[in-house]
Amino acid sequence: MLQMFRALFAYRNFILASIKGELKGRFARSSIGAAWYILQPMAMAAIMALVLSEVLAAKLPGVASKGSYAVYLLAGTTAWGLFAEVTNRCTGVFIEFSSALKKISFPRLCLPVIVGGSALLNHVLLLLAVTVICGVFLDVRPGLSWLALIPGALLILLFSYGLGVLLGIFNVFSRDVGQAFGIVLQLWFWLTPIVYPPSAMPANLRWVAELNPMAPIVAVYQNAILLDAWPDWGTLVVPALIALFLFGLSFVVFRRASPELVDAL
Amino acid sequence: MTPGRQQGTEVVASVDSIGKCYARYTSNLHRFAHWFGVAVRPVSEHWAVREVSFDLHRGECVAIIGQNGAGKSTLLKMITGTVRPSEGATRIAGRVNALLELGLGFNPEFTGRENVRVAGGLMGLSSARIAELMPQIEDFAEIGEFMDQPLRVYSSGMQARLAFSLATAERPDLLIVDEILSVGDSYFSHKSFDRIRAFRDQGTSILFVTHGMGDVRTLCDRVVLLDRGRVLKDGAPDEVVDYYNALVAAKEAAKLSVEQRRVQGGWLHTRSGSGAARIVDVRLVDAVSGEAAVLARVGQKLQLQASIKCCEVLPRLVVGFMLRDRLGHVVWGTNTWHTNQVVRNPEAGQTLRVELDFENTLGPGSYAFSMALHSDDSHVDSNYEWQDNLLAFDVVNADRPPFIGSSWIASTISISIPDAGAGKQSARSDARQLAG
Repeated sequence: MLQMFRALFAYRNFILASIKGELKGRFARSSIGAAWYILQPMAMAAIMALVLSEVLAAKLPGVASKGSYAVYLLAGTTAWGLFAEVTNRCTGVFIEFSSALKKISFPRLCLPVIVGGSALLNHVLLLLAVTVICGVFLDVRPGLSWLALIPGALLILLFSYGLGVLLGIFNVFSRDVGQAFGIVLQLWFWLTPIVYPPSAMPANLRWVAELNPMAPIVAVYQNAILLDAWPDWGTLVVPALIALFLFGLSFVVFRRASPELVDAL
Repeated sequence: MTPGRQQGTEVVASVDSIGKCYARYTSNLHRFAHWFGVAVRPVSEHWAVREVSFDLHRGECVAIIGQNGAGKSTLLKMITGTVRPSEGATRIAGRVNALLELGLGFNPEFTGRENVRVAGGLMGLSSARIAELMPQIEDFAEIGEFMDQPLRVYSSGMQARLAFSLATAERPDLLIVDEILSVGDSYFSHKSFDRIRAFRDQGTSILFVTHGMGDVRTLCDRVVLLDRGRVLKDGAPDEVVDYYNALVAAKEAAKLSVEQRRVQGGWLHTRSGSGAARIVDVRLVDAVSGEAAVLARVGQKLQLQASIKCCEVLPRLVVGFMLRDRLGHVVWGTNTWHTNQVVRNPEAGQTLRVELDFENTLGPGSYAFSMALHSDDSHVDSNYEWQDNLLAFDVVNADRPPFIGSSWIASTISISIPDAGAGKQSARSDARQLAG
């Protein structure tokens, strides 16, 4: 494992250049470029708030105003966005770069690291955009508890990297994995209190939220951004253990699968 | 061999009884279980490469030849390090550079310069080293201001130029090439070839896969012949290529005999037609020495010798010859009807000897003779026997000045400087260019 990290370090230049490239590629040939970073989450929050509260006239218990609902929504989707991007892209990353894997000898773990790194960079930029939106339109100022977002983001990254690489490896051998995970991810999104508050969950479904490691992690974001409250650290122990376990497991499986990985591409 | 070339005894790459097995399992679950040490038997195993061993010395150029599916590419990938061997190992002293495909890792949205940075990183170069090499890469590619434009506006030739310049920016200790690359136009193609040759002269060992037997003879010091994943022969180019040709011929014969068995047992070659007359023996020999010529030289006097057995009483016998190139284009063909040499009423059981004398004016490449026996001007009516590509041979340019094309035309070029005043200057410079 140490050897793997050393190999990754030797290729740091490639990793950094690729992350920079991905960021650049995202807004290549767009006239307003980075402004989309603010416009997209803003539009999403506005649409969701409008559709749910006005059109569907849904009563969301425990939500004081439309403004705070938008903040809640932004916080939850930002956290979920990082998780979804890393897992989704890691699942397909070995297939996406199959020709390079077959023809060039380089540490293969560079690929998920690039995906994770570029997703984290995006996430930071998105958080800045959310801060601006919250400050300008929703009258929410960042507080000290926003520092909890740092361990929150790292926890999401750890969890999604481990899960994504595991799925990515299996996906090389059986493409059903990637397809099925797309559906699982959608279901997972709706089973996590992001669009609705946790209290809106029916009592007989509460156990789902309790088993869901993403629920307490997303709650870190929601509490910090909406309520300026520190997370309940105790709820994060189990998700952290799961994340660590998956992260470690992904390395072990990668080592075992590595000799056959290129054969199946 | 180029003078001053450093070819030493130092081993740069050593391949030690390497093998690659592709296993198939009943389900992926079995495969996954296998990774964790569960004793699962694969349904089938396919050894693409097995027990291949050879050493590569400094400055040596080795070609790997073999038919499709012989395991050439798998072997190259294992030495490159992308495919992990199932058994055995490779040891490489120094830097390896594999040109298996050019332009991998390029992004169409980035400029040439940015692509060099990313793809250079993929090759394991540090950013400082890339910055150092950048002017030289730019120089060699000769794409001018396109260097700072996005790759999507490049022509495919420009992309290839940039990719090659980057891939060969540093001289490796071992260069691995899959097929001889043709990069861009003929000008750049030559330039890239010169660079590879210069690498070799400076001590880079080169390992490449090719199907062009001409490349093998002009470039290589040694040839490794793979067949069904194993080394069949490893030695001097001439020796191995001849062996390879014989192998191909034998395979061809084996295939034909299968078809033959359907018609009538016993004979090796395929035979369409009635069988009233048969070609029983064909050889290509040097017309002077009479020695077999599997490998023909340009300009060599050759003789195609065939024995024909008449099995029945025939009214007439016409012998047809046809010469095809590797692409199947007919280069030349005629028959004894057209040359007024029809054999009338040959006796049953009689054996005729036919000799076709010709000067080999073919360009370098691979060619094959087909022969036909029939009664009239074409084989459509009363076809006794027709055999396709029954004799294959290679043509090499051993002692003529280099030329291109599928035929050799005896020619002389004369250059003189006319005394006329006006044309004097340009004629002189032309002459100088031609002389240089």
